[in-house]
Amino acid sequence: MSESFEVSRRALLGGAAAFTAATLAPGVVLYARSTSEPVTNAVRWGMLIDVNQCQAGCTACVDACNTEFGLISHGRPDTDPQWIRKVTVKDRDTGYTQSFPVMCQHCAHPPCVDVCPTGASFRRADGIVLINRHICVGCRYCEMACPYMARNFVHEDVTDQKPYAPRGKGTSEACTMCVHRVDAGRVPACVEACTAAGHATMLFGDLNDPNSEISKRVAAVKTSQIRSDLRTDPGVRYQGL
Amino acid sequence: MSTPNVTYHTIDGRNAGTWAVLIIFAVMAAIGFLAAMYMDHNGHWVTGMTNHVVWGLPIVVAIFLIVSSTGCLNVASIGSVFEKQPYKPFGRLAGITALAVQAGGLAMLVLDLGRNDRIITFVTNLNPTSIFSLNVFLYSGFFIFVIFYLWTMMDGKKMGHLYRPAALWAFIWRLILTTGSGSIFGFMVSRSAYHSTLVAPLFIALSMSFGLAMYVLVMLWLNASTGRKYPSPELLRRLRILLGILVGVSLYFVVIHHLTNYYTAERRDVEKFLLFGDNVYVPLLWVGFGLIGSVIPMALVLLPARTFGSAKISLGLASALVVFGGHCFMYAFVVGGEAFPVELFPGKIVSSSFGDGAIAHYAPSLPEWLLVIGGYGVTGLLITVVIWALPMLPSSFPSEADQKLH
Repeated sequence: MSESFEVSRRALLGGAAAFTAATLAPGVVLYARSTSEPVTNAVRWGMLIDVNQCQAGCTACVDACNTEFGLISHGRPDTDPQWIRKVTVKDRDTGYTQSFPVMCQHCAHPPCVDVCPTGASFRRADGIVLINRHICVGCRYCEMACPYMARNFVHEDVTDQKPYAPRGKGTSEACTMCVHRVDAGRVPACVEACTAAGHATMLFGDLNDPNSEISKRVAAVKTSQIRSDLRTDPGVRYQGL
Repeated sequence: MSTPNVTYHTIDGRNAGTWAVLIIFAVMAAIGFLAAMYMDHNGHWVTGMTNHVVWGLPIVVAIFLIVSSTGCLNVASIGSVFEKQPYKPFGRLAGITALAVQAGGLAMLVLDLGRNDRIITFVTNLNPTSIFSLNVFLYSGFFIFVIFYLWTMMDGKKMGHLYRPAALWAFIWRLILTTGSGSIFGFMVSRSAYHSTLVAPLFIALSMSFGLAMYVLVMLWLNASTGRKYPSPELLRRLRILLGILVGVSLYFVVIHHLTNYYTAERRDVEKFLLFGDNVYVPLLWVGFGLIGSVIPMALVLLPARTFGSAKISLGLASALVVFGGHCFMYAFVVGGEAFPVELFPGKIVSSSFGDGAIAHYAPSLPEWLLVIGGYGVTGLLITVVIWALPMLPSSFPSEADQKLH
C-alpha cells in the first residue's frame, strides 16, 4: 500500500517536473521549483564543459562566480577563495595544451560528504553538493578528501555577503552550482557568463531528462569525467578532454 | 591481587618544585589557549596553513600525541594482559600518562578547528560514514575504558575481579583507536601519499614505539624529580629491549609503506618527492626519523648498556630521540603528503592560479608553535595534578626474584 503511494507520488513529481521544465535556448533551462516543493532525484543537475570551445585567456566564468558570491582577493593567493578556476593541462610527451574551468564536480558519491564528521557536507537529491555553514566545524577534512581540490576554507572575516549564499570565517565552502539560481529556474552564473561571452563552452541541465539539451549532447558525443577511475561519478562532464 | 607487594604514593604537594612544575605547565597551556584564540579571532590566514596544506603543525603534533597515547598504555597492558610482573607497578602511571597525552593531542585538535565553538555538533550531527566521527567515539571510549581500567587497578578489593577483563578491553580498544587514527589517512583516495591499507597497521606500530618512548620519558622525569629508583633493574633491562624491538618494527612498516608506493608507477612521483625531493620532508624522514629517531635509538638500547655508560641514561636518550623522530615522521607524512599536488590529471603537466600541479608551500607560524606548546602543557598539567591527587607512583616493588619468575 505504502509502496504504491511512493510510486505514485514520485510519478506525480516527475510529471510536475516535466511540466515545469522547458528549454528556452541552448544553455538556458527554465525549471522553477516552489520552495515548498521537495528536491527529488527525478532531476540530476549537471554540466557539460566543451574544452575545445574554451578560450585560454578568457576568465568570464571565474569573474562571474566571484561577482555572484562576493569572492574577493586579499592578495594572499594560497588562502584566497577560488570556487572555480581555469586549469591548464599539458601533455608531457606531445606538448598538447588545453585550458578549461574546474570547480566542485558535484559527485554522485562525493568523498567530502563521506568524511564530513557533522554531516555539514551533503548532497541534495538532485545532485548538487552543498555545505551547511551552520554545522560546519571547520575541520578541513573535506578539503583533504576532495580529489578535485574544489573545497576552500574561509581564512578571514567576510564582508558584503550575499543573502542567497552566506559564508563564514572558519568554515569550508565550494561551488554551489548556483543552487539559488537553479531553484529559481535560472542557470549558474558561470554558464550564463560563458554564453554571454559567446563561447558556449558550458552547458547546464538535467542529466536525468532524456529530452534536455545536455542529455542529448552527452548521448551524441564522447565526454569524460575527471578522475573517473575513482568512481565518484561527477555531475560535471568534459567534452574534448 | 593485581599488583602484589606494591605500595603507591602521591607527590608532595607542599614542595616548591611541585608548584613550580604546575605553574610552568599551566602557563604553557594558557599560552596555547591564547594562541588558539588569536587564530580564532583573526582567521586561519594568520597561520601557515592554506587551501592546499590544510592541516599544519598543530594537527601534526595532535596526531603524534593521539597515536602515542595508546602506546603509553603498553607498560600497563604488558603487566595486566600478558602478566609480566616487573611492569605491573607502573600500570597506574601508564594509564594516566596515556590519558594525559591523548588529552593534550585532542586539545590541540579541537582548538585548531575553524569553529571550535561548535564542537557539540560532533555529537548532535554525527555522520556515521566519517572516520572522524568514528574517532570521536574511539577517543571518548578510550577515556572511559582506561579510567575504568585504572579503577580496577587501584581498588583491588572491590574491583579486582574485573582487572584482567578491563585490561584486555583497554588493550583491544587502543588497537581499534589507532586503526581509526590511521584510517583518517588510509581511507583518503584523493591524496596518493596516504591512500593505503598499510597506514592503519603502520600507525599501530608507530604508536607502540612513540608511546613507549613518551612513557619512559615521563617515568624518568618522575625518577629524577622524586628521587625514586625508577625503573627497577629488571624493568630497565626489559624496557630497553622492548623499545629497541618496537622502534625496529616501526621502521620496518615505514620502509615497506614507502617501498610499496615507490614500486607502483602511479605513486612514484609522490614517493620521489617524499624520499628524494629538494624539500624539508626528505631530511625529516631520512635523518630525523630514520637516523636520529630509529637507528641511533636502537643502537642505544640494543647494544650492551655498558657501551654507553648508564643503562638508564641511554634508555632516556633513546626515548627522547624516538619522540623527536616521531615528530619528524608525522610532519613529513602529514604535511609532505599535502604539499604534493592533488593529481586531477595524472601524468599531465597541470597549472592554475589555485596551485594545481604545484608543490604547496607551508611554514608554521608563531601561533601554531605556541598552540603546540599549549598541547604539551595540557598533558604535563594533567599528569602532575593526577599524581599529586592520587597514589599513582610505586614506592616499593616485588622482589627481583619474584620479577624474574615472569
